[in-house]
Amino acid sequence: MVDTSAYNETGEAQFGDYFALLKPRVMSLVVFTALAGLLVAPVSVHPMVGFASILFIAIGGGASGALNMWWDADIDRVMRRTANRPVPSGKVTGDEAMAIGLTLSVMSVVMLALASNFMAAGLLAFTIFFYVVIYTMWLKRWTPQNIVIGGAAGAFPPMIGWAVATGSVSIESVLMFLLIFMWTPPHFWALALFMKDDYSKAGVPMLTVTHGRRATRNHILVYTILLAPVAIGLGLTSIGGIIYTTLATVMSLGFLKGAFDIWKRDEKTAEADAYLTERKVFKFSLLYLFLLFGALMLEAALRSYGWGGW
Amino acid sequence: MAFRKEHELHTRRRSRNMGMFIVLFGFVAVIFGLTMAKVRFEEEARPGVNVDVQINSGVSE
Repeated sequence: MVDTSAYNETGEAQFGDYFALLKPRVMSLVVFTALAGLLVAPVSVHPMVGFASILFIAIGGGASGALNMWWDADIDRVMRRTANRPVPSGKVTGDEAMAIGLTLSVMSVVMLALASNFMAAGLLAFTIFFYVVIYTMWLKRWTPQNIVIGGAAGAFPPMIGWAVATGSVSIESVLMFLLIFMWTPPHFWALALFMKDDYSKAGVPMLTVTHGRRATRNHILVYTILLAPVAIGLGLTSIGGIIYTTLATVMSLGFLKGAFDIWKRDEKTAEADAYLTERKVFKFSLLYLFLLFGALMLEAALRSYGWGGW
Repeated sequence: MAFRKEHELHTRRRSRNMGMFIVLFGFVAVIFGLTMAKVRFEEEARPGVNVDVQINSGVSE
């Protein structure tokens, strides 16, 4: 009898390893923002249709994560943070990751079309294509603006959620897209300043490496300045209201203050306090997005009782 | 006749097999739920139309 237990040494994949291919953490953000897009839309959706749609959007997001892990296994192997992912650690083969990614991509798009409409399914298909082909395969290893481009893929879910309910794209959903799109660069570059991952060894052009940390600090400030009017502007549309607009203004001022503090500092000061300001701004940026989308959902909930809105 | 002793492969792959079972069962449940929701929605949207009759006549044609 062949002793199959020897394969345990190479780490035979368990169910959790296949699940890890779908990047569950990213998926939770996709679920949250897609749900926000769905709930703030002026058209109500049957709870079962809404649940199924969010599920298929999450699976589509997970599928693009699996394809990203298949393509980027060489980079992931080099960097400490990603070396334990299922493909570089040898638990799941690259071919398996690709097969799972492709199958789930097609399945999620077809199922979303059946559950909701072709506009939402088309947007999901484009998001997967954009993240896998445009970002992962093409621009990630080519330009230090890769974070900005990758951020666009992460910004689509609320737009898809909105399309599930309304079947269309509108100024509100475009502004929700822009909110995440503008938020991603300062959020990620704040992290890049204190998490000195070995992107250069992996051959990924990170702004901190290609243009230096001073340029990264400048970029954080510029993107945060661009983010504020988008966040506040969203409050003036049909899905905004006094609660959201007040919160967006206060939080944007807080984010701007943090970005300004990062911009003011040099490396010496930052190293002296172990990147305290950068860490604080990174945490604040997470709270920023969570509270703003939370406030949009609150406005929608209040509107159904005749309150909220303008 | 007694069953042969369980192969260690089955023990080792239990998590994968159970995981697949749950995923496939969940998928069937979602499709069922979705179908019920859509059929009921059709009935509410077009109260004059009897979905049962429509389905039956569709089958017989």
